[in-house]
Amino acid sequence: MRYSGLQVLWEGLRGNRGWGPAWTKPEPKPAYDIVIIGGGGHGLSTAYYLAKNHGLKNIAVLEKGYLGGGNIGRNTTIVRANYFLPGNSEFYSHSLKLWEGLEAELNYNVMHSQRGLINLFHSDGQRDAFARRGNAMINQGDDAILLDREGVRAHLPYLDFENHRFPVYGGLLHPRGGTARHDAVAWGYARAASRLGVDLIENCEVTGITVNGGKLQGLTTTRGEIGAKKVAIVVAGRSGQVAAMAGLTLPIESHVLQAFVTEGLKPCIDHVVSFGMGHFYISQSDKGGLVFGGDIDFHASYAARGNLPMMEHVMEAGMALMPMIGRARVLRSWGGIMDMSPDGSPVIDRTPVDGLYINCGWNYGGFKAVPASGWCLAHLMATDESHEVARRFRLDRFATGHLLDEEGTGSQHNLH
Amino acid sequence: MLIPCPLCGPRDRREFYYMGAAEYLERPGPDAAAEAWDAHLHLRANPAGRTRDLWQHECCGAWLVVERCTVTHRVFGARLIGGLTDAA
Ligand SMILES: Cc1cc2nc3c(=O)[nH]c(=O)nc-3n(C[C@H](O)[C@H](O)[C@H](O)COP(=O)(O)OP(=O)(O)OC[C@H]3O[C@@H](n4cnc5c(N)ncnc54)[C@H](O)[C@@H]3O)c2cc1C
Ligand SMILES: [Zn+2]
Repeated sequence: MRYSGLQVLWEGLRGNRGWGPAWTKPEPKPAYDIVIIGGGGHGLSTAYYLAKNHGLKNIAVLEKGYLGGGNIGRNTTIVRANYFLPGNSEFYSHSLKLWEGLEAELNYNVMHSQRGLINLFHSDGQRDAFARRGNAMINQGDDAILLDREGVRAHLPYLDFENHRFPVYGGLLHPRGGTARHDAVAWGYARAASRLGVDLIENCEVTGITVNGGKLQGLTTTRGEIGAKKVAIVVAGRSGQVAAMAGLTLPIESHVLQAFVTEGLKPCIDHVVSFGMGHFYISQSDKGGLVFGGDIDFHASYAARGNLPMMEHVMEAGMALMPMIGRARVLRSWGGIMDMSPDGSPVIDRTPVDGLYINCGWNYGGFKAVPASGWCLAHLMATDESHEVARRFRLDRFATGHLLDEEGTGSQHNLH
Repeated sequence: MLIPCPLCGPRDRREFYYMGAAEYLERPGPDAAAEAWDAHLHLRANPAGRTRDLWQHECCGAWLVVERCTVTHRVFGARLIGGLTDAA
């Protein structure tokens, strides 16, 4: 069924009896041409574009839990294209363009809201760096406006501009940046992929990858053996463990990132605001909750919950920046496990095993990448050539020295 | 999370700086191949479970190898790099 305003009206008149399930739940077949391990945003978008852009059939996505239960449903939903380095810049630019057409493409409301993103700066040196980044964004074909202190005040009058440690000097406004409804992105891609004949197999954990003579043979799962000609590992925070099933060691360390949401409030924060010096960022969801977060907990972790020190730090930073939120009550906090790579940038590449591909290393920025990541991995799997906007996301770039260290913090996984 | 510093006793995690997996201590020799340096700097076993990693106690300056669990955040013990003293 195609979703439309008319359909909503019609279903409303007849008691909403006509909405069927958004995707089917088939039994796994003994073998597929292509299997995607991981039913998060990246896995689902890869499957969709394999079917849509390349006309491929006989594809399955294997998900150990339920679709959308991983980081795709845990992130703080920021979508932006404000990267600097060649390699990252064109990729995120491509992704933002896909976001802008995503709802029509998927026939699904992902609530993409381009409300504008403001990155604050607090010193002359930081202003120079942001001006340079803004120029790179404009050269890339995206948008950026350098705001001075009064410019920021016009947008965000509620900030504490007199903060002594980090006085607000200005901000870089990225008008096309914003947010989207994270679950809806997973559901939208799942429904669209299912409609193109992709088998979405939930509660199916991959427990083994059979490799023979350097060539992929098939998979062992909790729902039996599944043969496959090509397989992609797209499992976000679990990349190292799944890759180890094929005998690979990755340049990845897993870390927990926390996020927080308050009770629903009337609209008060119109933009996405990021306070990098304090490790704090915030936006307000359409339901009214203030959604905010900070940095990773800094030590390797697979616990999908965080520790108190980072929680305390985030609250302090939020209070320092916008004291008005002090009365809001925090409803929930949670954590998600992230692949931290040594340069903070991702990998979309082949592996040394013939027929096995990998998509990993998204750090804490993989939500905005969902459309382009699926687009590019599908391109790689279908044509065996890297897509031009993802050609620098190579697995061997650490060995060859072609790092994409956006923040310039060096080869230490937790510093990106 | 409390980390037992062999010099200072059990201390709050906020007092420590985290560096990464203890494999980092196994520095390749000067003549090692490029692959060995790549592995040293970038590749990680990244276990879900028991692990050994490097922390510095910023109060006394000591570098420690901490043994802990990445799934439960339980800390089993710590020793000074160089293996002088154990604490648990
Ligand atoms: C708190 C938080 C805030 C974030 N904020 C942002 C943000 O504002 N903007 C942004 O761009 N990014 C953000 N991110 C990052 C983003 O969420 C991730 O980079 C992205 O979702 C990861 O890709 P994914 O959606 O495919 O992952 P996931 O949804 O985690 O998908 C991976 C799937 O693989 C499955 N899986 C694992 N092992 C197996 C197995 N053996 N067999 C079968 N299936 C398996 C998992 O169950 C999971 O469903 C944030 C992350 C967190 C945790
Ligand atoms: Zn000490």
